Amino acid sequence: MKKSVRFYSGAELVAMAAIDAGCRFFGGYPITPSSEIAEFMSIMLPKVGGKYIQMEDEIAAMGSVIGASLTGEKVLTATSGPGFSLKQENIGYAYMAEVPCVVCNVMRGGPSTGLPTALAQSDIMQAKWGTHGDHPVIALTPAYLEEIYEMTITAFNLAETYRMPVMLLLDEVIAHLSSAIDLPDKEKLVIKSRRKPTVTPDKYYPYDTAYGDVPPMANFFEGYRFHVTGLSHDKTGFPTTDPELVQADQERQIRKVSSKAHEIFDYESYLMKDAEIAIFAFGSTARAARVAIDNARKMGIKVGMVRFRVLWPLDEAEVLKVCSRSKAVIVPEMNMGQLSTIIEKFTADRTKLVKINHVGGVPIHPTDIFNEIKGVN
Amino acid sequence: MAFEYEKYLRMEKMPHLWCPGCGIGIVLKAMIRSLDNMGWDKNDIAFVSGIGCTSRAPGYIDCNTLHTTHGRALTFATGIKMAQPAKHIVVFSGDGDATAIGGNHFIHACRRNIDITLVVVNNNTYGMTGGQHSPTTPIGYKTSTTSFGNIDPTFDICLLAKAAGASYVARSTVNKGKILEKYITKGLENKGFSVIVATANCHTQFGRKNKMGDPISARKWIESREIPLDKARNMKAEELYDKIITGEFISEEPEKTFWDNYNHSTQEYTDAYQTIIEKAQKSKDGESK
Ligand SMILES: Cc1ncc(C[n+]2csc(CCOP(=O)(O)OP(=O)(O)O)c2C)c(N)n1
Ligand code: SF4
Ligand SMILES: [Mg+2]
Repeated sequence: MKKSVRFYSGAELVAMAAIDAGCRFFGGYPITPSSEIAEFMSIMLPKVGGKYIQMEDEIAAMGSVIGASLTGEKVLTATSGPGFSLKQENIGYAYMAEVPCVVCNVMRGGPSTGLPTALAQSDIMQAKWGTHGDHPVIALTPAYLEEIYEMTITAFNLAETYRMPVMLLLDEVIAHLSSAIDLPDKEKLVIKSRRKPTVTPDKYYPYDTAYGDVPPMANFFEGYRFHVTGLSHDKTGFPTTDPELVQADQERQIRKVSSKAHEIFDYESYLMKDAEIAIFAFGSTARAARVAIDNARKMGIKVGMVRFRVLWPLDEAEVLKVCSRSKAVIVPEMNMGQLSTIIEKFTADRTKLVKINHVGGVPIHPTDIFNEIKGVN
Repeated sequence: MAFEYEKYLRMEKMPHLWCPGCGIGIVLKAMIRSLDNMGWDKNDIAFVSGIGCTSRAPGYIDCNTLHTTHGRALTFATGIKMAQPAKHIVVFSGDGDATAIGGNHFIHACRRNIDITLVVVNNNTYGMTGGQHSPTTPIGYKTSTTSFGNIDPTFDICLLAKAAGASYVARSTVNKGKILEKYITKGLENKGFSVIVATANCHTQFGRKNKMGDPISARKWIESREIPLDKARNMKAEELYDKIITGEFISEEPEKTFWDNYNHSTQEYTDAYQTIIEKAQKSKDGESK
């Protein structure tokens, strides 16, 4: 097949990739800067026989995607900061009941209504800790349009593989960027779907750990007639308050991701081989950092970057390795230091940590990073 | 032959957690008999609820069952129905679940006229959390948060449903199990959003604080307040204050008054969406070039 080249926006790529990944249901509620994703889905989904619904708020949107997912559909919702907050209780439900779904958050400045139209990376901790209780988390942070397409597909694959919500965190500028890009051959895409039970209904348990940490998932209406609840439950899916069962279930849920963290975690290493100064970045700030690094290299400064493509689960061993061999690390981010509080754990006293935190809605300029590189060199 | 409730129940989950004499059981019984009237395959039914005493019902029913978050059952149910329009979706909610925390979802499900049947068990209180006042606690009554008497005006759930666009709306009480069964069955038959309100006793929480702490006196209190819709039509507003008006608020043959017809021509939502699919598949809009 001939590769197609034309202009795509980030939002359109999320929608296209979702459909190519097999997504057939979108429940949403408009919010800047994510609304374009809903708009694209409202046109593209019915064309392939899928369903789009604009719910009455983000709580409802999240509920609707969970309901649709239980019938076997791959599902997407998209939102931004305030809407992401509203979704949190039902996101927690999806973790607890282990219902696959992709939640795209085009980040904007917060807290509250904040900066509705401006760039921010303000929700990386909300993606991790937004709902109450403990749960695994997977969050992807694309930095380029090509990556938006590729990583949206990955988000669906991970949601289906691990039976859980997966967060796709976009910076406003990346969602709104438009450019000509090469799309991968559709035939070559790797598309994964949830594992279905192979046993008959009488032998089926929706949370049967005999099959590993990710139990096979039946669809509603296919004869299994199982029960789903947000209450702590045993393998049958019915509520339990047995301390041992509850403990074991929570541990399994965390473990299903933590034991595969090295497989899920993904980063780009840019000029790190001989680097003495390391930059940790993701999303649009990583693009600024790259320019700063190129300029610093021209002056002979040995600086490189670890660009997180997957932010959670973070491979902490990898971060520690980089921190312990660098004389300084720089963490530019469009928030007050959400990533750097994590990096700080690994720099201790031996490595200097420089934070660049912009929350005014204006991108971090390569010069801002370049100046810090020169400063620590 | 005696009715076989066991066919629809998960008997291994008994005993249930409701207090002896709780009204929820009667409503569930009417629900089961209504499902049986429809003759549907249990595999084709999704039984959805929110959180509360009422919302524990799905755990006991042998269908595809979903116990969601407080107030949000209709949102999950909407996703299920959209994805699988040919399946049958029923929702069980308490008065708090449906009209306080879930009030927004309630009116929007009515507005869409999506083919889901909602049964609201109205026990005038938050049973599960210890009997606090709800949007249907009558003025003057005591609850664990209105020790000096409730001052919050109430919702009439049926009028709310009717105004918001539901296509079948009816109310009866746990004293009239057979009528509840008839209304729920009509709700299940209706292709559109149906709301059946079942006024029920929570003698343990609401009753105890209002000198009717046993099932019999709590049900007598309900009985004493019931006024059939036909009779209510000839009564004055002040006489109707604090009463439970029962009957069908919208049925297939409504009294054709202007207000009954106004705004009730809505197509069922998943049918309407099917026309969108057909239009989209013919159109070139938004097509990748
Ligand atoms: C978000 C949220 N808020 C509050 C609660 C606590 N809560 C559980 S049930 C309930 C009220 C239940 O009342 P109702 O819906 O009338 O059901 P009933 O128990 O009376 O059948 C409340 C407030 C909750 N579970 N979740
Ligand atoms: S507390 Fe009230 S509503 Fe709950 S089971 Fe007991 S009587 Fe029924
Ligand atoms: Mg109640």
